[in-house]
Amino acid sequence: MLERQKMPEQDPKVRAANFNEVALGFTKEQAIEEAKRCLQCKKPKCMEGCPVEVKIPGFLKYITEGDFDSAIKEIKVDNALPAVCGRVCPQETQCEQVCILSKKGASVSIGRLERFVSDYERTKGVKVPHVRESTGKKVAVVGSGPAGLTAAADLAKMGHSVTIFEALHEAGGVLTYGIPEFRLPKEIVRAEVEYVKKLGVTILLDSVIGKIDTVDDLLSEFDAVFLGTGAGLPMFLNIDGENLNGVYSANEFLTRVNLMKSYMFPEYDTPIKKAKHVVVVGGGNVAMDSARCALRLGAEEVTIVYRRGEEEMPARAEEIEHAKEEGIKFRLLTNPVRIIGDAKNWVTHIECINMYLCEPDESGRCKPMPLAGTEHKIDADVVVIAVGTSPNPLVPRTTKGLEITKHGTVIAKENGATSRKGVYAGGDAVTGSATVISAMGAGKKAARAIDEFLRAK
Amino acid sequence: MPFKILKKQELVPTIHLMDISAPRIAKKAQPGQFVILRIDEKGERIPLTIADFDRGKGTITMIFQAVGKTTTQLSSLKAGDELLDFIGPLGNPAHILNEGTVILVGGGVGVAPVFPQARAFKEAGNKVISIIGARSANLLLWEDRMREVSDELYITTDDGTKGHHGFVTDIVKKIIEGGTKVDKVVAIGPPVMMRAVAGVTRPFNVKTIVSLNSIMVDGTGMCGACRVLVGNETKFACVDGPEFDAHLVDFTLLMNRLAMYQPEEKLAFEKYKCEREGCKC
Repeated sequence: MLERQKMPEQDPKVRAANFNEVALGFTKEQAIEEAKRCLQCKKPKCMEGCPVEVKIPGFLKYITEGDFDSAIKEIKVDNALPAVCGRVCPQETQCEQVCILSKKGASVSIGRLERFVSDYERTKGVKVPHVRESTGKKVAVVGSGPAGLTAAADLAKMGHSVTIFEALHEAGGVLTYGIPEFRLPKEIVRAEVEYVKKLGVTILLDSVIGKIDTVDDLLSEFDAVFLGTGAGLPMFLNIDGENLNGVYSANEFLTRVNLMKSYMFPEYDTPIKKAKHVVVVGGGNVAMDSARCALRLGAEEVTIVYRRGEEEMPARAEEIEHAKEEGIKFRLLTNPVRIIGDAKNWVTHIECINMYLCEPDESGRCKPMPLAGTEHKIDADVVVIAVGTSPNPLVPRTTKGLEITKHGTVIAKENGATSRKGVYAGGDAVTGSATVISAMGAGKKAARAIDEFLRAK
Repeated sequence: MPFKILKKQELVPTIHLMDISAPRIAKKAQPGQFVILRIDEKGERIPLTIADFDRGKGTITMIFQAVGKTTTQLSSLKAGDELLDFIGPLGNPAHILNEGTVILVGGGVGVAPVFPQARAFKEAGNKVISIIGARSANLLLWEDRMREVSDELYITTDDGTKGHHGFVTDIVKKIIEGGTKVDKVVAIGPPVMMRAVAGVTRPFNVKTIVSLNSIMVDGTGMCGACRVLVGNETKFACVDGPEFDAHLVDFTLLMNRLAMYQPEEKLAFEKYKCEREGCKC
């Protein structure tokens, strides 16, 4: 069996001080060699593992032939954002996990190859595929994150006239405000957004639905509405000291850094606190992203505090690895009890308690319990709370008859249909915070359902 | 989609009025709400309370004081210039009902957001008593407009150059102690002033509303930068407010959090002044 190709990366010591992309991508030769490892299974498992059903063996075959143009064309039939997916998808739990080679050793690097051909196309100039004849139907998409962009791209290809309403001043949702430059360069997000626009999609920025227009306003102008409003509401720990100066939600911390470019303050106007000791609470990708941003902002010591063990961490193994290589400290089985500040309301310490794991709970993960008497303080002049997000209530609050769960997520069927006729939803707004690709899968399914709905109308 | 500045005027030293063409926002705007703007690509997002709106002309009026980098840069723009981003209307509208007698207190630049509320309270049938204050007579804002929509208007200046020599709270206290039945007080201005008004009305149990100007980024509930403590509960000023029950607001926390970026704000402002005026630094 051929050996898996290693993708070049920036040296950890160097990259810990810059915001440039960590992974450097395959060379042409590496890509061809890696694609040759694919066994071209008759019943490709990998495709079943892909939420947007990319024809993986097909595009890999083209790569082996050096036909990168056909390879990217094949991907884009099903996936409008391949340069994003090739970078941030958790392939190890999806296509690559079920790749037959993974049973014998290492799977084909599907994600890295997807990244390679999409980068190849972008440097060469993106081709716009054929769009079906106009149906004369209009669809409003709320939110320009992964779910919204996918639904919009698919609906445009089906011949519908699509307008995206984005609350922020830049499109991309979490791809723009959340995921840092060093993992997903914003230039790439912008290029993917440009591609969606070239399909004929109009994007209206600075448009907060629920405020400037309600969903009902949209329904008077459009034939259907897709809600891809994400899970943008930050959760806090509800412990003492959370409102001290220097305590950020991960959303705020990352938005300042990524969307507002505060790492380039004062060239850019938005400030961020540069700290010596940063503590990030949480164990997901967002926690890793926050910690690695803090390091790049110049922190001397960045510590991740997580109440469970490393195995239970929801972050991708690769992200944990990258964080460790860069020198992020991990305090596992540790949970914050309170945050301590000085007289001027500035955070100085975070008090934690050691935890142990007992029987698995409903989520299947071991429930962490505190070990009495192990309280201890960690120095911190910035604390970032990265313990998850829930959906923003702006749209549900202003949409009569739109049913939501007690967690605030929109209730939608498998195809995205909500309790309101003509209103579909998908992505984190329905599932609570999940992955980019699952949101894209939901956007795709909803686009199909909306198409059927519009054609039956 | 840049937003055109239709009018720009310095009302009193450092305080400016700006009309922005934003028909979609003007169509929905209500008293009490705010907008977030960004001047250019490198700019920060800042919230400003809506001082007035004209649905017919499709304009939003903002009044702001040039205090730091962004507001000073904003004040240097002219009619015909454009803002890169203008987002709104954000926050909850003020509750305007016929409550009887309402005192509206505006301090400094806070007179501007008080104005559309005074007008709306008046239109709703209330007796409107307005108290507007400034450091000095030359900094007093919109006296004429406030007079038009008020049954009674009081003026205070810190230095006694016009009206009552003292603070807006002196008048609030005098009116309530004088036996006038006051059903509601709305106070908008510097946090110190709002806290003082809350302190005056609390013993008399007069419902008092303040509009909080915390630091914000997105203004849609996404980041929590604008966290405030109200009745011991954490609230987001952008989506839960900006108006809250003054008697429940933790003003010390508000003021501490407003000071969070003081060194950075100073640095950005100095850099801006250097670039504009040239300096030896």
